[in-house]
Order: sequence, then structure tokens, then C-alpha cells
Amino acid sequence: MSSDTVKEILDKHNEEGNGLISILEDIQARFSYLPEDALRMVADAKEMSLVEVYGVATFYKAFSLEPRGKHLISACLGTACHVREAPNIVKEFESQLGIKAGETTPDKEFTLETVACLGACALGPIVVVDGHYFSNVGQTEVKGIIEEAKQGFETADIQQDYHIFPVDVSCPKCNHSLMDSGRVIDDYPSIRVTASFGINHGWLLLSSMYGSYKVFSEHEIPTETVVHFFCPHCHAELKGTTNCVTCSAPMVPMIISGGGMFQICSRRGCKNHMLDINGVNL
Amino acid sequence: MINLTINGIDTQVHEGTTILEAAKFLGLPIPTLCHMEGLSPYGACRLCVVEIGEAPRSKLVSSCTYPATEGLKVRTATSRVLKARKMVIELLLATCPQSKIIQDLASEHHVRQQRFKQEHEDCILCGLCTRICEEQMMAKAIGFRGRGGNRSIGTPFDVESEECRRCGGCMYVCPVCQLRCTFNEPEKAICNGCINLAAPCVEKDQFDDLMCYMDPCVACEIEKD
Repeated sequence: MSSDTVKEILDKHNEEGNGLISILEDIQARFSYLPEDALRMVADAKEMSLVEVYGVATFYKAFSLEPRGKHLISACLGTACHVREAPNIVKEFESQLGIKAGETTPDKEFTLETVACLGACALGPIVVVDGHYFSNVGQTEVKGIIEEAKQGFETADIQQDYHIFPVDVSCPKCNHSLMDSGRVIDDYPSIRVTASFGINHGWLLLSSMYGSYKVFSEHEIPTETVVHFFCPHCHAELKGTTNCVTCSAPMVPMIISGGGMFQICSRRGCKNHMLDINGVNL
Repeated sequence: MINLTINGIDTQVHEGTTILEAAKFLGLPIPTLCHMEGLSPYGACRLCVVEIGEAPRSKLVSSCTYPATEGLKVRTATSRVLKARKMVIELLLATCPQSKIIQDLASEHHVRQQRFKQEHEDCILCGLCTRICEEQMMAKAIGFRGRGGNRSIGTPFDVESEECRRCGGCMYVCPVCQLRCTFNEPEKAICNGCINLAAPCVEKDQFDDLMCYMDPCVACEIEKD
């Protein structure tokens, strides 16, 4: 845990006058759990007793005091899933991973948790792994799900059918192409967007090669900064509804010509990206 | 001044007075467990329930947290109140059958048998210790942790607190720390049952320092009837 990051979060909330839960949420989003030192810093900064902060942190199930694994497996134990034998699915996960529900594997790969309802009862029993939904899960599928998660869903998709390839993207708001043939990165036209962080505002060029992380920008962007992306044509912010599963910064969506969408994490240095080619007519 | 009626007695109290305080002023007994003078009312144990309003709209409220309001009609010992209180005591007794204070309450309120499974917990989550720590000792060393069935009282991360001055206030106020006198006697017996059988010379009001000297214990006798 870096105390600077916690300080940064505390300062941000101090300016906004936000309460304790918002601060804890941000710390949890950043470290995926609430480190003890961070709670002590929060208590000092808010001039509260540590036990008050600790009470809030243990009260809400969204907060975890233990480090979480790389992959989060949430198995639904709601009423509908329960009658469809979801408890057996949980047991199967427990025996496969060698942990109990709510625990993390010693190699910090998997965290298994149970949730009360995921709101898709007709598809039960449901298991969500890193944001990917599995419906009508049977006991025999558990092993496959764990294997798939280990390989990583995004990389598995690419490695199966695609090698590194260039994409041609456009703004999801105005549909104007974002490709800049004047600037070439990796021998292909780059993706040009407007980037803004802090007081800086300027152009940003991304490699259009899917799998390449080359970036050039007008202003030097420090790592860990969350950058706001704007379309250079309609000036609308490229903002999706989802957050990065790794660092929980907002994901930036772009339309791929030919159909589909791909999303990149807006945090500098986070290489998370998602390719959604559902509905593509090949 | 606020006018209210408690058990048919008209009385006047200052604004902000709770029903419990008003009833105490009139000398009406209301049992309490999580209430202590000098600490903020908490309303956790529900022992001090009273009935307010008139039938059929009357309702049960905890008197330690309910402020007196103009024209309020309070009844402190209706059959509904006594039934609710008895149930609360039975549940508390099932949680901590080893506690002398709860055993005393049980025998005082004519609970004659333990119907529920005994849990032998070491805490009823009344919050007295956290309140004395925060309000009187200004320490905030212990507090509630977790939620629901996992709720417990203790220090953060279960390590010794830096705020704790080892004043012992938490143990002093704890209603379950003191063990009952017949702890080794039959499991489901209700301690201090002897007081209900004993000679009338035994003062029944306060059981504070009274320990049972009957040998053998007659608590099991009570269980039989």
C-alpha cells in the first residue's frame, strides 16, 4: 500500500467535503481491499476514532479487509438460484479452489464470494467471474470456468481467433472516424482523441494495433492518472457505463467500424481493454 | 411543561423527558437492561417497552428512547406489555443463560422455564460498554463490528487499542460478565428461583448482592411445576 495514494484520495474528498463511505469506497477501488494502515490514516484525517471507521468498514459487505484475489468469483445464492442447487455449485467451487466462500486462495488468484441476488433469476444458477456472467451453471462446468478465468477472458478471446490486428474506430456519440492517417504509429494510422486531466487538455494518439499500448500525447501524463477522453469532432466525452475490472477507473468506449465496440481503461498505465464483437456480421 | 398520563396518573414533565424518566419520577417500575443514567439512551434491549396510545391503535415503544409528548397516554404494565417483556427476557436468557443479571430478571418476571435453545453467548450487544467508553471515558476504544449475525463488540483488528486506558468501565457495566450462582446446576434451571420460594423476609426488590445459599438449589424444583 502506498500512503501517497491514500493521501491523494483523502485530499480529494477533503475538497469535496465527502463522507467516510465515499473515501472507503475509493480506497477499496484502488487497492481492492481496505489496508489497516489506510484505515488508520482515514481515522486520523477525519478526526474519528479508529473503531468508528472499522465499524463502518466491517458493516458493509462491499468493503473487504483482506486482500482480494486477481479474479473475483461471485456465485448467486438468491432464492431462485438456491432452489436450482446453487449451494452445490458453491461447494464445487470451494472444493476446486480449496477455500471457503468469502476467502481468497493463498496464491491470491481467486476470491470466492456468495451474493444474495444478481437480478437474473431466470438464468440461475448464475456465477459471475470478473464481470462475465455464466448462466445455468452445472457442477461439471465449474472446473472449466476456473480454467477460463485463469487464462483471462480478454486474452482468451484474442488468442483463439485473432492475432494482433489494426482496428478502425469511430466516436460512439457522433460516429465520426477517430483515425488520424497523418500520424502513423506501428505502421498504421493512429487513433486521435482529446485528453484532459487536471488542468491539462490536449491531443492524444493511440496505436490502432489491438494489443499495442503505444501512446503519444501533447502533455506528459503521469502513470496512475485517470484521463478523460473526448471526441475531437463533437467534443463529447467518451464515457461508458462500465468501470475497469482491474483498477475501477471508467472504461472508454469506441465503435469499431464493421460493428462491435472496444473499450480501454482510462487510467494511464493500466492495460486493461475489452473487445465486444457481439452482433458483428462477418 | 408537557402533560401526559401514565397508568391513569396525570403528570407534568419538562420537554425532552423520556417516558422512562417520567415513570421513574412517579415511582412506577420499568425494568431496564441497556439503560444507564449518564449514558445516552440506546433502546437495544427492549425490556422497557410500554404501551402508548389507546386501543385499538395502541403500540409498544421503548420508554427509554421515547420522549414524552403532550397528551400522551402511557400504560406500563398491560398484559400486552408484560407478554412482550417476558418474551424479551426469555430470548435474552437463551442468549446468555450464564448471566446473573439476566437470571435475576427472569426470576423477577416469572419466567419459569427456558424454552429456547441456550446459546451461551458472551454478549447481548446492549452497547453499554461502547457507550461508557465513548461518553464517559472519552476513549472510543471499543465499538460494534460487523453486521447481523456476525455483529460483535471489540477493538479494531482485534489488537489492543491505543485509546484504551484499561479503566475497566466496560466490564463494570456489562450485564453478562457476572456469572449466576448456580452455574454448575442443571442447565435449564433458572437461577434465583429460590427467591420466589424463599421466606418473605428476603427483600425482593434488589438482587444486587444477594447470593443463593440454598443447598441443594431449588431452581430445578420450580422448573417442574
